[in-house]
Amino acid sequence: MTQFLDGMAYNSWILPALLGLPLIGALLLLVQGSSNKGDADAAMRSARSLALWIFLAEAVLSIGLWWSVDVSSPDWQAYVDAAWIPQWGVRFTLGLDGISLMLVLLTTLLMPLAVLGSWTSIREKTSSYYALLLVLTTGMLGVFMALDLALFYVMWEVMLVPMYLIIGIWGGQRRLYASLKFFLYTMVGSLLMLVAIIFLGLMAGQGQGPNFSYDAVLQMTRTAAVPGGFWLFVAFALAFAVKVPMFPFHTWLPDAHVEAPTAGSVILAAIMLKMGTFGFVRFAVPLFPDIAMHPTVRMVMLSLAVIGIVYGALVALVQPDFKKLVAYSSVSHLGFVMLGIFAMTVESMQGALVVTISHGISTGALFLLIGMIYERRHTRQIEDFGGIAKVMPIFAVCLTIVALSSIGVPGTNGFVGEFLVLIGSFPTQPYFTLIAATSVIFAAAYLLWAVQRIIYNPLVKPENEALKGMDLNWREIGLLTPLLIAIVWLGVYPKPLLNKTEAAATRMVRSVEAARTSPTLINTRAASAAAQQVR
Amino acid sequence: MQLPTEHATTGHPLADTIARLAWLIPVLPLLGFLLNGFLSLRAAGTPGPADPSASGHGHGHDDHGHGAHGADAHGHDAHDDHGHAKRHPAAGLVSLIGPGVLALSFVVALLVFNAMRSVGEMHAPYVLTLFEWMPTGSLSIDVAFQLDQLSMVMILIITGIGTLIHIFSVGYMQDDPGYPRYFAYLNLFVFFMLLLVMGANYPLMFVGWEGVGLCSYLLIGFWFSEKANADAGKKAFIVNRIGDFGFLVAMFLMFANFGTLSYTGVGAAANDLVMGGALATTICLFLFLGATGKSAQIPLFVWLPDAMAGPTPVSALIHAATMVTAGVYLIARSATLFAMAPAAQLTVAVVGALTAVFAATIGLKQWDIKKVLAYSTVSQLGYMFVGVGVGAYTAGVFHLMTHAFFKALLFLGSGSVIYAMHQAYHATHNHEDAQDMRNMGGLKKYMPITSALMWIATLAIAGIPPFSGFFSKDEILASVFARTHGSTLADATWLGIPGSVVLYGVYALGLAAALMTAVYMTRMMIYTFHGPNRSGSAEQPHLKEAPMIMTAPLIVLGVLSALGGLVNLPLVFPFGPKEILHHWLEPVVGQGTLLVTHGEAAHLSHSTEYVLIGTAVAIAVIGIAIAYTRLKPEALVPAKDAVPETGIEKTLLNKWYVDEGYDKAVVQPTLGVSRTLLWKGIDTGLIDGLMVNGTALLARFAGWMGSQLQSGRVGTYAWVLLIGVLGVLSAFSFR
Repeated sequence: MTQFLDGMAYNSWILPALLGLPLIGALLLLVQGSSNKGDADAAMRSARSLALWIFLAEAVLSIGLWWSVDVSSPDWQAYVDAAWIPQWGVRFTLGLDGISLMLVLLTTLLMPLAVLGSWTSIREKTSSYYALLLVLTTGMLGVFMALDLALFYVMWEVMLVPMYLIIGIWGGQRRLYASLKFFLYTMVGSLLMLVAIIFLGLMAGQGQGPNFSYDAVLQMTRTAAVPGGFWLFVAFALAFAVKVPMFPFHTWLPDAHVEAPTAGSVILAAIMLKMGTFGFVRFAVPLFPDIAMHPTVRMVMLSLAVIGIVYGALVALVQPDFKKLVAYSSVSHLGFVMLGIFAMTVESMQGALVVTISHGISTGALFLLIGMIYERRHTRQIEDFGGIAKVMPIFAVCLTIVALSSIGVPGTNGFVGEFLVLIGSFPTQPYFTLIAATSVIFAAAYLLWAVQRIIYNPLVKPENEALKGMDLNWREIGLLTPLLIAIVWLGVYPKPLLNKTEAAATRMVRSVEAARTSPTLINTRAASAAAQQVR
Repeated sequence: MQLPTEHATTGHPLADTIARLAWLIPVLPLLGFLLNGFLSLRAAGTPGPADPSASGHGHGHDDHGHGAHGADAHGHDAHDDHGHAKRHPAAGLVSLIGPGVLALSFVVALLVFNAMRSVGEMHAPYVLTLFEWMPTGSLSIDVAFQLDQLSMVMILIITGIGTLIHIFSVGYMQDDPGYPRYFAYLNLFVFFMLLLVMGANYPLMFVGWEGVGLCSYLLIGFWFSEKANADAGKKAFIVNRIGDFGFLVAMFLMFANFGTLSYTGVGAAANDLVMGGALATTICLFLFLGATGKSAQIPLFVWLPDAMAGPTPVSALIHAATMVTAGVYLIARSATLFAMAPAAQLTVAVVGALTAVFAATIGLKQWDIKKVLAYSTVSQLGYMFVGVGVGAYTAGVFHLMTHAFFKALLFLGSGSVIYAMHQAYHATHNHEDAQDMRNMGGLKKYMPITSALMWIATLAIAGIPPFSGFFSKDEILASVFARTHGSTLADATWLGIPGSVVLYGVYALGLAAALMTAVYMTRMMIYTFHGPNRSGSAEQPHLKEAPMIMTAPLIVLGVLSALGGLVNLPLVFPFGPKEILHHWLEPVVGQGTLLVTHGEAAHLSHSTEYVLIGTAVAIAVIGIAIAYTRLKPEALVPAKDAVPETGIEKTLLNKWYVDEGYDKAVVQPTLGVSRTLLWKGIDTGLIDGLMVNGTALLARFAGWMGSQLQSGRVGTYAWVLLIGVLGVLSAFSFR
């Protein structure tokens, strides 16, 4: 396979192609949309199938990365570097390591399912909707691939606007409030980050015009202490913490989730939240290791992570709206990722990456399932359901499996991630880990209770009895099946995934540890060795 | 007599035998789960007879026309008289697959057992590594099976009794609309249970541990349309998770301090621990927290009685014979670790003894026949913990085994009784409670085989020689007594109390529980099978023995309950081979036991032992006599005519109000704090409220944005956005 890919120089064009294809698709959709004004139904059909084909092509194209990326290499893979805005020192630099590889694949493989999930529910302005989804995809992939801080920032903003519009236009009752809250929260965070990026770029240029190259900036922060390093870290951390979201910056998430259409919720939970944790792994922590690992800063971050874990679970327990419940459960799960990152051991870092992927799968599936039942019942209030396992047994089986994975039952993907985070964090952070581990109890409580009230209990409401014969159709079963397989596969045999990220995670932990043990950072041997080791 | 140490899998005497195929033992039930699960879903996809709401369950005048479905779920049969029972279309195939895979699994287990016996003394476990599970950093966890004397005993119990209970279920569940689903769950349970006992490391045991909990959840809530059943399943899962938290923390501590989680690695590391040190004690106490959850000990026992909401064969298999004994297995498996922590061992013994007595008091006043057996199970599990707590691992495992025999028999027997009662009430369209002993009485006349078999089990659990329970219970009590002097436990202190005093207390509690056991079991038998019949004159003609497919497994269990004691006859026994099980388990738990007793075998003089045996038997006989003389079955009235209990009787019937206490002390405060303080207070109040002015502004701005967005020209935004992105990306790139 590797030979075949090398034969067509796959690595030299794949990343730009993955970014460009969705934009071309969006263009085609808009052209098609403006030429197809009359019949809304026909417009919907042609728009959604065109979008699906593009996302499928994107997914197929990206699969080669699994083989073509040499995860053990300390060099960037599928590296592309071109001049972009020379007078500002901004370059078009893309590249992958094991960590971003998994996130890119998660994005490309999940997007077709998200499209299939909104197959029948989006009926208005469909070509615009799918065009926005495609632009969004470019933004998300760009964030994971960018190795130029300015390019990263552009991509970060590119992904913000389509999501704002998706929630604001195709969302539910309070969509405007939710979308604006989402937009403002994220903007405030990212503007500070922009200032930090410009500052770093100017510093790294060393007087010869700005240089936003990730490698250059990393080299700089590792060899000399950057003035105002603490505030730079805060600016990055704030932008990412809002995105994760960490307590107490999380209140935009439940609103955004509840109001977003199904595909929006899926993408938000499965991919966009991961940009926050990815930001910590790629930028905030490696660029400022001494600050991120400073006992006080670390204590604050770990506290917020653990508060998020328990707080999210407890608030999820009392939510009457199923979608809101899942939104708060995301706050809890993402807390595990943050715990794993700031505990800073290879095992905990690996666990954080597994949670990143498996939360995408499980929570994505949960939102898809909520969308399916919402289309049938037009409600998400848990108390409106009850006993529907009798009338929709296949839905019930799927919901049960996905819920179990979200609870973290062994044998599912959810367990592997949480277990690795906890067992990896315990040696360095025993007390935080102990508190975090209590969430195994709360997670079971909030999800099983919700599942019981939805699919079990007596079937008494006539609206629910009317669901008889309306069990999941083939499209829905088909789009859930890959997710269900992934849930069990990653739970039973996570080794391939762990192998992909092992080298990158180890390098990162080692380099941060090395940088931390030499706090002066000024031209010490260890620091430059560490910087070498990173890249 | 040595601890399992590091070893190579190849070169093990078992490596060239059938033991290589030991992976088949768990994989066969997994296969059964997949097949049955597929059959249940396929049928579910086609609305019709398979659908519970369409078919109802049961038909009045057909002898085979109704399972015991409604019998277990109180009041579930409200719609019984509508529709007619149709067997599930795939029932025939399922009846073949479900018990079939188990029987095959049992056969493989027997072959492996035979191979193990023929290789002679086996000092190191045979570890069969399948693949790496979670390799990262310094952590390496394999999916590997460990075959040794301890896991072999458990495998034989699980597959053997499992097969019998699967066969019984064919009859008991025959007309249930969820028939394939039932067997799918039951097969899956056996798979996880086998994983639990065969896993070669703690994480793999944990997979089985949580897996059986999951199946228990699914099977307790099998008739999920009753809220009470679904509640019970959920409660079981959540309470178990509290215990699982302890198990997890114990694993974290092991990994952080030993760097390994395999049994062999941890066992070796345990040797280097400080006797009575904080680390060993902490790990053991967290492990024990896990055990109290799964094995229903104080304070986490509350889920087990509710678990009786599941079908009765499930109660027999999961909630009596196998799953609930997992905690006992966990401690026996960690024998060397516990040997280093006398304070933790004393905790185990004390909690076990307290649970034994506490549950027995509740068992004295229950009217529901399954509830009596449920509390009896909690109580007997307490005994097992006393055994493993004092380092008498053989005694604990021995009681685990005999209990599996006689308690499975009692549950299945009660299942037959409930089945018969249900059939009778069904035939007369009566909606009385088929599980309430006040509605039974005199059933011996109608069900002589069941009655006789259940008497054997009753005598066994009461501790009457020569039935199996006598030997195992006596060995536990004798072991406690023997350790009151000259053991690490006697030398240790527990909460400031000298260990030997604690052990005398445990012994006394054990005797008290034995007395109550004899009383409540005899009470159950008298109320069920003796005295006048209270089911009603119309029902009496319909009462009869269950079909052979249900009775045959009972007979096998009856033989085992009667003769099971032969497996480990005490040294003072006048004839026969002595202490077979003790010698068999020695390579696994021997060192743990010897450490407790200062390196020499626990010893009681024969005369002391005779006195202890005499005391135990006398207490059992007194208990039976009390029940016989004090209870007046003639004075009982059917449940619907009964006057409510008062005073202590009411307190016992309501289980000392523990559930209500937990609800008030834990559940409601958690929900209240989450709702009012965290959600309404901090989330929407404080955090969003901090931007109070901002929120108003936001709302106004949102309104303006809305008017803009609803211009109907959304396409414009997408266009503008796309062109912007394309422009920014390309403009600079292509010049």
